[in-house]
Amino acid sequence: MYLYDQYDQAMVDARVAEFRDQTRRRIEGTLSEEKFRPLRLQNGLYLQLHAYMLRVAVPYGTLSGAQMKMLGDIADKYDRGYGHFTTRQNIQYNWIKLEDTPDLLADLASVEMHAIQTSGNCIRNISSDQYAGAATDELIDPRPYAELLRQWSSFHPEFLALPRKFKICVIASETDRAAMRLHDIGIRIVKNDAGEIGCAFYVGGGMGRTPIIAPLVKEFVPLDQLITYSEACLRVYNRYGRRDNKYKARIKILVHELGLEEYRRQVEEEFAHLQTLAIEPPLAELERIKTYFADPAFETGLPDEIDLSNANFAKWVKANTAPHKAAGYAIATISLKALTRQEDGSVKAGIPGDATGEQIRVMADLAKRYSFDELRVTHTQNIVLPHVRKADLFALWQALVAAELATPNLDDVTDIIACPGLDYCTLANARSIPVAQKVAERMAPKAEEIGELKLKISGCINACGHHHAGHIGILGVDRKGVENYQLLLGGCEGADTSLASIVGPGFNEDGIVDAVEKATNFYLAQRQEGERFLDTYRRLGMAPFKEAIYG
Amino acid sequence: MKIITGNDLKTGAVIWWTGQGWSLHVNEAVEAGEDGAATIAAEEAARRVNGAYLVDATQDADGIRPNHIKERIRALGPTVRLDLSLDPSATPAKVL
Repeated sequence: MYLYDQYDQAMVDARVAEFRDQTRRRIEGTLSEEKFRPLRLQNGLYLQLHAYMLRVAVPYGTLSGAQMKMLGDIADKYDRGYGHFTTRQNIQYNWIKLEDTPDLLADLASVEMHAIQTSGNCIRNISSDQYAGAATDELIDPRPYAELLRQWSSFHPEFLALPRKFKICVIASETDRAAMRLHDIGIRIVKNDAGEIGCAFYVGGGMGRTPIIAPLVKEFVPLDQLITYSEACLRVYNRYGRRDNKYKARIKILVHELGLEEYRRQVEEEFAHLQTLAIEPPLAELERIKTYFADPAFETGLPDEIDLSNANFAKWVKANTAPHKAAGYAIATISLKALTRQEDGSVKAGIPGDATGEQIRVMADLAKRYSFDELRVTHTQNIVLPHVRKADLFALWQALVAAELATPNLDDVTDIIACPGLDYCTLANARSIPVAQKVAERMAPKAEEIGELKLKISGCINACGHHHAGHIGILGVDRKGVENYQLLLGGCEGADTSLASIVGPGFNEDGIVDAVEKATNFYLAQRQEGERFLDTYRRLGMAPFKEAIYG
Repeated sequence: MKIITGNDLKTGAVIWWTGQGWSLHVNEAVEAGEDGAATIAAEEAARRVNGAYLVDATQDADGIRPNHIKERIRALGPTVRLDLSLDPSATPAKVL
């Protein structure tokens, strides 16, 4: 994975020193909150419901063991013993003290990490496929291009005061595991008819209060013009994106209001102009970056067979591992949606995305032992060990069982994305986490029978819990001071991206759990051979599901 | 009643105006009276609180209960992690 050069490290260290001084001045009183607020936000420090919250950037979700260990140590040293992995492939800490933050940032910088551009109207953390460099179906590894975009977008002077925040995603496979078309810019690395590799640009997607699937703006941009074309897309947005209305300021609104053809025309005009300025980074820089993403030293001649005689292990392998491009290896996903069997036989669900400091250190150690010292954070709030020898899977699973990290539920109805909701977030209207727990606990006995069902919960219309993209989505709203939950069906974040539709009137907390159960029962009764929940919904449409839920 | 809440500048902790200073415990809050806005301005200027504002609350035999669920969660802690609450008697029912 990428290692900082002297410039990267110097920039991050300088920012820590600068923020240390700004924090001192705020506490001493020479900086007002009005002046300090944008400064702390530029360093990822929000003031949330219970305390300051720090959002730490995990570029394209990739971490080394040492970085992961530091995240666990920070949870214990500066927070209350846990961290929360987010739908942006980042981690957040909920109980941070302002006076501790400079020291925390210095600790992060010691492992080449920071919290810069995790807030504010700038280009945020670049996201990517959590299986990058390991997947069987990718064209090339997208991470060098994500890293190039990270370097280009970090402290880019022209794009630090955009009309609104800006999110970019890069993938390189047909199977979209990163919700690429729900980003401001989604880039898919593709091969054209001539066999050349380039980028397809999808621009103007997003969730929030106005969900839009990004349309294709350009089918093929040569890889050596990736930055130039990105800059053209951003420049048009920066010039004409609305600054008068926060709710209409994202690029999706500009593309929609201008119309795709006109936006495309303006980007092409800007692109032609930028090409005369030769702003594309030198090829040597890309080649330098690529060396950091060379395949690890995969062993050859490894066995592909796995001894599945232990039934619980077999269940975990089936649910939580994926094929790897190298023979004898697998991709293993660690679920952070724990389901724990209680003494009375019931199931207790954990908090989606939360992990204790000790669990984070365990995962760091397992990466070192079994995955070439690499981990990935997924936008579904799980952790991936990308390169595990199949022969090591049993030992890995045993270690995960000991750490209560071996729940075999990837992509089933209990593997729920949930935003922090009203339990932590000042913007939320309703709680998300307890709803996720109740749904998971109710549905756990049927989860295996139901199969793939992506359920996503947001506690407000900002949609951090991706409810628009859930096969089943739940949106929490405030109805005259009382939490109320709307049910949505039919969303999908994959290659066949679709937006979910609201079924009908909302429910209270218990009612929404009943509604999910009714929807899944109807699916089980109606499904045809091989159909997932989403397939059955798409075949039958909303009406019969609505009747089953409300009838 | 109207009470004043905000966050401690250095720690970010949720705090409540007691008439003489700030407390971590909502039950020590007092009626803000007609001087609420002036109290907020003075305390923010003195950097003893950050982002202070008035909230509606009700006082009964069990103590002071903010009227809105968001303020009750701020007072008692996340409903999903009551082990982190300052109030050992906090329960989901009490928060909600």
